This record gives sequence, structure tokens and C-alpha cells, in this order.
Amino acid sequence: MSKLSEDTMKEYEDRLPPALIQEIAASLPAGIAKDKLIKICDRVVETYQKARVNAGECVGLVSAESIGEPGTQMTLNTFHLAGVAEMNVTTGLPRIIEIFDARKEIKTPMMEIYLKSPHNQLEQVKKFATKIKETLLGDLVSEYALDIFNQCLAITFNSALLADYGLSTADLIKLMKTKLKGFVVENTAGSITLIQKGKPEEIKALYNLKEKIRLVKVRGLKGIKQVLPVKRDEEYIILTSGSNLKDVLDLAEVDGTRTFCNDVHETLAVLGVEAARSLIIREVFRVIEEQGLNIDIRHIMLVADIMCVSGLMKGITRYGVVSEKASVLARASFETPIKHIINAALEGEIDYLTSVVENVMINQPVPLGTGLPGLVTKMR
Amino acid sequence: MKTPIVSKKIKAIHFGILPPATIRNMSAAKIVTPELYDKEGYPVDGGLMDTRLGVIDPGLVCKTDGLKLKDTLGHFGYIELARPVIHVKFVRQILDLLKSTCRACCRILIPDVNIKRYLALLSQVGEEEGFEARRQQIKGIVARYKVKDKCPHCDAKQEKIKIEKPYNFYEGETRLSSIELRARLEKIPAEDLFVFGFMEGFRPEWLVLTVLSIPPVTMRPSITLESGERSEDDLTHKLGDIVRINQRLFENINAGAPEVIIEDLWDLLQYHVATYFDNSIPQLPPARHRGGQVLKTLANRIGSKEGRIRHNLAGKRTDFSARTVISPDPLIELNEVGVPQSMAMTLTIPERITEWNKEFLRAFVENGSKIYPGANYILKPDGKRKTITSETKEEILLELEVGYIIERHLIDGDIALFNRQPSLHRMSMMCHKIKVLPGKTFRLNPAVCNPYNADFDGDEMNLHIPQTEEARAEAKILMLVETQIISPRYGLSVVGCIHDAITGNYLLTKELILSFPEAADLLFTCGADDLSRLPHKEKIDGKEVFSVLLPADFNFVGKDKGGNEVRIVNGQLKAGFMDKANLGQESGLMLRNIFEKYGPSFTADVLGKISKLGITVLARRGFSIGVGDMDLSKETKEEIRLVIDKAEEDALKLIDSFYAGELESLPGRTATETLEVRILEALNRARNKSGDIAMKQVRDSSALVMARSGARGNPLQIAQMTAIVGQQALRGKRIEKGYHERTLPYFKRKDVSPKARGFIRSNFKTGLLPHEFFFGAMTGRDALMDTALRTPKSGYLYRRLSNAMQDLKVEYDGTVRDASGKIVQFSYGEDGLDVSKTKNGTIDVKKIVEQVMEGIE
Repeated sequence: MSKLSEDTMKEYEDRLPPALIQEIAASLPAGIAKDKLIKICDRVVETYQKARVNAGECVGLVSAESIGEPGTQMTLNTFHLAGVAEMNVTTGLPRIIEIFDARKEIKTPMMEIYLKSPHNQLEQVKKFATKIKETLLGDLVSEYALDIFNQCLAITFNSALLADYGLSTADLIKLMKTKLKGFVVENTAGSITLIQKGKPEEIKALYNLKEKIRLVKVRGLKGIKQVLPVKRDEEYIILTSGSNLKDVLDLAEVDGTRTFCNDVHETLAVLGVEAARSLIIREVFRVIEEQGLNIDIRHIMLVADIMCVSGLMKGITRYGVVSEKASVLARASFETPIKHIINAALEGEIDYLTSVVENVMINQPVPLGTGLPGLVTKMR
Repeated sequence: MKTPIVSKKIKAIHFGILPPATIRNMSAAKIVTPELYDKEGYPVDGGLMDTRLGVIDPGLVCKTDGLKLKDTLGHFGYIELARPVIHVKFVRQILDLLKSTCRACCRILIPDVNIKRYLALLSQVGEEEGFEARRQQIKGIVARYKVKDKCPHCDAKQEKIKIEKPYNFYEGETRLSSIELRARLEKIPAEDLFVFGFMEGFRPEWLVLTVLSIPPVTMRPSITLESGERSEDDLTHKLGDIVRINQRLFENINAGAPEVIIEDLWDLLQYHVATYFDNSIPQLPPARHRGGQVLKTLANRIGSKEGRIRHNLAGKRTDFSARTVISPDPLIELNEVGVPQSMAMTLTIPERITEWNKEFLRAFVENGSKIYPGANYILKPDGKRKTITSETKEEILLELEVGYIIERHLIDGDIALFNRQPSLHRMSMMCHKIKVLPGKTFRLNPAVCNPYNADFDGDEMNLHIPQTEEARAEAKILMLVETQIISPRYGLSVVGCIHDAITGNYLLTKELILSFPEAADLLFTCGADDLSRLPHKEKIDGKEVFSVLLPADFNFVGKDKGGNEVRIVNGQLKAGFMDKANLGQESGLMLRNIFEKYGPSFTADVLGKISKLGITVLARRGFSIGVGDMDLSKETKEEIRLVIDKAEEDALKLIDSFYAGELESLPGRTATETLEVRILEALNRARNKSGDIAMKQVRDSSALVMARSGARGNPLQIAQMTAIVGQQALRGKRIEKGYHERTLPYFKRKDVSPKARGFIRSNFKTGLLPHEFFFGAMTGRDALMDTALRTPKSGYLYRRLSNAMQDLKVEYDGTVRDASGKIVQFSYGEDGLDVSKTKNGTIDVKKIVEQVMEGIE
């Protein structure tokens, strides 16, 4: 774009949203004359002004309708990601409900990890994936042999897996020595024997040991249960089931600008409200598109915004957004009315009837749309 | 009728707790006797139905305000309780207060020095997170000081206060009587109460009742049964119990009865008062009628969906409404609704006589109420209402004057609101113009079915007639069908041609060639009166006929359903067919462009005409489908059979190689998973291939035309009818549930062949084999279940969303704020665009650029 057009466009900056200015710039033919450019811009401004929302428009309800109405058309199923059995993704209505509830524990946490340029080729990605996957000692064991007479537990490892992970028996012995106190670790041919120190009577300790060994973390990040390298466009990325955003972002190879996890609360804790808000929008929009529905993103934005206005994450529930309302009657008309009325009485709350339901209740015009403008003249 | 002038407006509603003194002062009567009526059936003075509390019988007069039934609002009374009683709903609060105050000096258990500091913290918590959170916070703070077990003010040792639900308090092992409780609460100093965030002037001893307020008779009316017997309201019953026990308690105390008896009566009184407030307290047996039916007392009246708030306050009932079955009528306009004449004669519109409509309205009165169009009532300026009958008609006609209001029958063009439940979005209730038609059903244009989500399999709809000029104006300007054409959900058209209208236009623009008279007749039938743009030729192409309906300066380039270009230059359809992509609902790009350029009413008009054109074309050409449409030639059938046989063989080979251990696993999957994937692949390939073969070979039939134009059905469904139904899937997998290691006892165990796992190789025309039918039924039931489980879930989500967001609105400064003025967005949707005024949420910059570059104004 020429310098001249750029200057002309600058003048419109306070009259048009940035996205529209960019779009104009992108669709301009090369070497456009100034008068034509001005004409284009003026027309866009005119169309834009015509398409602006009216004051008093009850955008909240319109958004609620827009999301609520197609809710009946969504499916309930969860799908397998890329056909791998352990990688489920919650989609459809349950996922939307989960997001809007702002649930702390989501059904299927997952991450999409993008890697920085030299690391994003298949080989490196595969290596990286095995590195971050939470590997427990139990995953590598092929056989446990409990020898009651000798008070020891012999463990045989799956050598093929060990090679896959690039681990040697020596590494594991070292690990066990630090993690399992009170046992002598010995390497006998092909297996590792753990012998209990001291009190040899207690067999139970050996049983418990087996369980304990299974849960010893060999390497990887906590919570990353499954990894799957996937090709996306020109690069390889890693899909994970289970999430650990904080630790993943700490890794040098990870491209922190694009990596994300689908847990709203985790994102809130690690990256803050704005990130959480974007995540809500992105996730809900993704589900809706997947279902083949058409809902404008502005509606989802508004929902995400009321969930995040306070700086915290509030679900669309009686404990979240609804409990924030100023009006007693509005809260009472939603759920648990008695509780709200009792508390209001104790506190001596005053309902100034500024929102919708209260005015419906007492047969007064609702302060939305045509009910918004008032008379300056005093009423008799 | 005097026009009601709003002279009082509710500005705010104050919630609070009534002090005992106020309860006494505001009362019209003190209730002392449990009797309701005397021998003659008149309310007893000092009884619960005392006429000072209002009247519910015709003929009686309220002693307090002198008004009759329906005029008097009723007045409160009170009972003086013999012993104090705890208000069950405040038990938690009482417990908190007792726990956090000293048992001796009744000061709050926080040292004086620290109170200020906590007060700031508490007020902040109270403001941000509400009363409940504040209560928790206080508990936490007091618990910290509790460790010492000593009062920081008077050094008295503290005992542990326990509660035995629902309302018995214990300190250590001794029970605290309500009198003791009340005494303690009385002693809590006002400055300490401040910490708890109570309303100003509140005293905690009010939570232990000494006086009970009695609601007016008018809110607990009795009903007279057919036998003449009276049946009292549940509340009256409960109050009767309270008064009776209270009197007994009084008598016993005065007579100096033993403590045990008094205690028992006291407990009973406490029980009755508790259940009077709430009859569903977990630990208490609910109070019942003699028949065993549970009483509905105060709390039960308010809450729940059928309670006062959601049922009566947030939901209203209306007069001047009607409901009946709907049926289609493509010949009425888009924004019209056909109303049966009998309905039009019952529903009325009040119209005031003026100098200019005197004669017009007089005609209605002359017809009376029995002849359409007539009038049912007149309203005199003094507010008197008169029914128009054959007897009164002459007299009324004589006295009619300017200023009288006539409630006349509905006539064509009147404004009405039309609604179908569930009203999920704003297009579920739109304004239509009335067209009075014979018959007994509402008629509506099939093109508006989509926004209402209506069909004609017995659906009923509601009609409302706005009664004031303001309401009519608002309805007409804001809610008329054409103003709602563009959905605020995605910025595209929600109304559009459906079914036959699409098929008709598709055929017309695709293949029909008409003679001039035919074309002219066709166009005229569908309402086009300007035929000057119809070319004078022997043979007229269907596209040219269609073009006559388009405005002469309309330009449009788009795609049809098949992806071919549709080009309209200067109102002439040059290329492409008119199908669902351009005429249909939820896509309708051409419609969207017409709407943008020519506005709502023009669009509605054009759409109506196009729709009629399609239907008329179809009616004249003839259009019908039958089983024959699905016929395939012998060779094709054979070809398809071979394809499927091959696929099944392939699948069996895969299974064999799996058992032989030769199947190579796909990366990251087990051998079994790989097998599944490979089998599915093979079968799907076969299904698609045979479907393609069938689609190529199937006759160019009506069914195909419908599928291609998007009017109904899709190619897949045609393939299912002609060639093969295909694999049935549950949860994204082949069917594997059922018996041990097999789907049906019909198969061998561990059989994973296509046939045994839900592959339907027959088609719907030849019919399904028994096991295939069963697999089809399995997936069918799964789909039904899914719908049944989803509806309530999504309904609840919707209710929560709308409740949370209903008060968000755009302010005059363009910000989105909630009811308390808190800014939620600085600009709606980040750019302030109204979705219903955009094209699918965007402004078409490219088009503007093009237009300017081509010099189009």
C-alpha cells in the first residue's frame, strides 16, 4: 500500500474499527487514486454507521437466545480424537455447559502444544512428546515377582519399551534408590530385586511397595497422560490428554504464543483473565462450528465477557454471574428465591428496580429498548 | 372507561424484618380465637377470618376500609405469642450470632482494637461477594479468637454452642430456651451488630418471635364447595393451629400448670410456627391435612416453578388472545395471518369515535355482534360499558357520539401478535396483519414456518390482539414479519422459500420454456402486475420469467447449491439456477442482498411473489414422486451388488489376516483398533462408490430434483433408498453391544464380519433383512435417547443464560452495561455492529470497493 493511501486511511482511524480498516487496506487494488479511496472509505463509514447497534438494544437477551435456541440441535456425544481410544474430547452440548458453568474439573483436559521452528519437525516432535509424557515406573514393568520367603520383590522391565524411551536399567535403579527409602535395590540378571531393610516380618510393606513403584514418576510432566504428534499445516504439533500449562510453557522448545490448554481455570491461573476470556470464546466457537451451527461470535464474546468482568471466572450459575446481580427480585426469580429474600431482609437490601424481571413483576415498563427513554416532564 | 393515568410509580422495594412493635401497629386486628365463623356463617370477631382483615364473601364490608370484596386489599392482623418462638428461616443467623458473641457480656468475640480493621475487610467482602460470603468471613475471624475460649472484653469463659436441627440450641449440654436466646440477642450492643452488616436499626431479638403477623384474609381465600361446605386455605388451617395452641399455652401458664405441660405446648407452638413458615424442613415431619395431604405454607408458595415468583409474577396471563391449529396457505402474504371468522367476532379492537371515522364505526354497530363485521361492546366516556345486542342496538345507535369507544370485530389489516411455543428466540413472536378467512384454523404462509419452527402436523399457535395504540405501533414497527427477516443470530435470512417453492423455481430457472401467454398468466397469478419486462417472444426461457420479479437495477453474483455461478445483471438472471442456496432460509444469499438494498417490505413482497411463482409453476407442470423414482436398471443393481460383495470380502480378508497375525498395526494403535479402522474404511468406500453409481444411474426423477434443489432430502438419502443403507454406528464405532461376544444370538461368537456388526447392505426399497432392521432400530433408538436427554439440558442452559444476561443493554454511549451500570463491553462485540444489520456478521468491504472502482453509485 502506498504512503499516500496510508495517510488517507489514518484519518479514518477514529471513525472505523481497526479490523475494518485492515480489511479495506487488504482489498484495495494497487495504485488507487486518492479520490476513489476517500469514496470507498466514506462508503464503508456510511455502511458501518447504518449497521451499528441502537442504544437500548437488549443485546444480552439476543445473545442468550442465539446460543440457547440452537442448543436443542447439538449432540451429546463425546468423540475420540484421531481414533485413539484414550484421547477423548468432550464436544457438543456437554462441553458448552461445562464451559459456561466454569467447572473447576473438566471432563477431558487437553492441550495443543506448538513448538518453535527448529523443533517442529516430525522427529524432534516425537522425541519431545515422549519427553513430556508423564511416564510412571509401572508403565515400563513387564512383570512383578513377589518372593515371600526371601522378602523381596523382583521387577522385570519391558526392554523394548525401555529402548523406546531411551532409558537404561541403571537409570531406573538410580531413580528407585532415591525414591524408595528403606529398600535395598539390587540388579540381578534381567530384573531388579528390592529387598526390605530391617523388620523382615512385614509382608504388607512389600505389597504396598508394588503400588508405590507403579506411581513413581520416571519423567515427563505431571498430568500429561497421553501425547499424540499431529501434522498441522506445515508443522507438527503435539496434542495431549491431560494438561499442565504452567510446566509446558516453561520448556524452552515450546512456542508459548500459540500453545494452549482447554481448561479455563488453568488458563486463568497461568495466563490471566484476558487469556481465559479468549479461551472461552475460542472453545465455544469451535464446538459450535463443529456442530455445523451458525452463531455470530459477538454473542459468544458477550457471554465470555460477563463471565470475566469481575476479573475472576464466574459461571452462568446461581453461585456465579446470577448471584452478582444488584436486584433481589432478579436473583430470587432465578433459583432458591427463599434464600435470597431472607438474606435481603437481614441486610435490609433495597431493590431499585433497574433491570428486567423486577419490572415485569410489578407491571412497569422494562428499561430496555423502547422502555428506555423517559420523559423530562414530571408525571402527575 | 377513563384512560388510566399512571400517577404512582414504584421506585424501589425495601426488604427488611418487621420489628414486633411495627407488627402490632400496622395490624387491624388482634387474633384471639381459633374459631372462624359463627353459627350463621359470619366471620367471628377476633377470629382468623375477622372482617377487619378484609373480606372474601360477597355482600360483606371490610371494617377497616369500608370497601367490598375485590376492592379491599385486606389488612394484616397479629397474634400475641404466649412464649417466644424461633423463626426457622433465621436459625442459621441466630446460631452465628450466638457463636460469635460472649455468653456473659454479649459483645462480639473480637478485641476492640481489631474490630475496625476487620470491619473494612468485611464491608469489602460483603460488597463484592454478598452477604453469604461475609457471614463465612466472620465465622473465620471469630474462630481465630475462639481458640482462647475467653471473651476478650470480660474474660468470661465461653461454652460451645451447638444446634440440634431444626431449631434446638444447646450450650454445652443444657438446652437454651427461646426466652434465654432472646435475652442474649437483646444484649448484643448495636455497634457490634454493625460488623455483621445488618440493616440499620435492626435488632437480632426480632429473629425470635413474640408477635406473629397474620396475613390478610384476601391472600388466603376460602373456597365454597358444591355442597355448600367451606374449604379453608392451607394458611388459614395452619394459623388456626397456631392460635389454638397459643390459647392453650396462655391458659396453662395462667393456671399455673406444671412445667412439663407448658414445655410440651411450647414445643408444639414452635413446631406449628416453624411449619407455618416452611413446611418442607428436612428434620421436621411436614404438617398435613386430615386426609394426609401435605399443607402448602408460606415458603412453599413462593419458590419453585409453580410458586408465586416464577408462576404469577414473572409470568403473566393475557386477555384478547386465541389459540388454534395452524394450516398452510401459500397464497396469503408473508406478513399476514389467516384468522377464522368466528374468532374475529370474539376478539375485538377498541376504537374511539372521532369526527372522521364516525360513519365507518357506526356501520359496525349497525351490524351488531352477530353479523360480521360488527361490534360487541361500546364504552361511554363516563366509563360505562354496554353490550350490543339486537335489543340495545337501536338505543346505542342513537346515543353514539364522538368520544365513545367501540369494541369492534377484527377486520383485515388489523395488527396481531402471533406466537408459537417454545418461544426460543425473538422470531418466535412476530407481528402479523390479520386476514379474516373462513374455516376454523389459523392460516400462515409456509415461508414463515422456519422462524416459528412450525409445521402443520397438528401444531397450535397463539394470537394476541394489542389493545392500545402504543402497543399496536410498537408491534408494527418493531415486530412485523419483514423486520425480522434477518436473524440476529447470524445475520442471514430466517425466512425463505421452502419445499415446493424451491422445487418450482429450480425447475423454472433450469429447464422450463414457456410461451408468452403461459408466462404472462403465470406471473399474473403470483401477483406480478408489471409485465413490461417480460420479453415479447414466442418462447420464453424460465430464467426470463423469474427475472420479471426481480427489481430492474438489482445486481448479484453468487453460487448455487451445486457450486455453479449465479449471476444477476440489472435484474436479469443470466446464469445459474435458483435453489436453496439463494432462496432458502438460513442461507438465502440473494434474499439477503435484496433486503440490504431495497429494505424489509420490498423483500417480503418479492419473497412472497417468488414463493407463489414456484408453487404455481409446480402446480401447472405437475410434480409427483413414487417408488418408481428409485428404480435402477438390472445392470446397475448387479454392479452395486458386486461392489458391496467385494467390500465384504475385503473385510473378511482383513479379519483373516488379523487372526493370522499378519495385519500391520497403524502407528499408535493396537491390532484390534487397526482392524476396526480398516474394515470401516473398506465398507465406507463401498458405500460411497455404490451410492455414486446409483446416483448416476437413477432416473432423472422428482426425488432427485428435490434433493438437488435442496427442497427436501439429500443425495445420501436417495442412495440409501436405491442402493445401500450402509454401516450403522453407535458412539462412533460399529455396533458391538448386545450378547456375550456377539451382537445377536443369530451370529457366531466373536464374529466381527461386517454383517454381524451392523452393516446394512440392503436398501430401503428392497427392504431390510431382520438383523439389519434390528441394527437400524438400535441406532434409531440411540438418536431418540439423545434427543430426549438433550432437551431438558439445553433448556436449563438457556434459562440460565437468559437469566444472567437479560439486563445487559447498549447505552447511549455505545457501551454494554448491566442493570447496575457496570460496563461489560466498551463497544458491543468489539466493533459495535448489530449482527442483524450485517451480512453474516461482516460488512462487505470487497463489494464496496468493487462498486466504487466500477463507478456504481
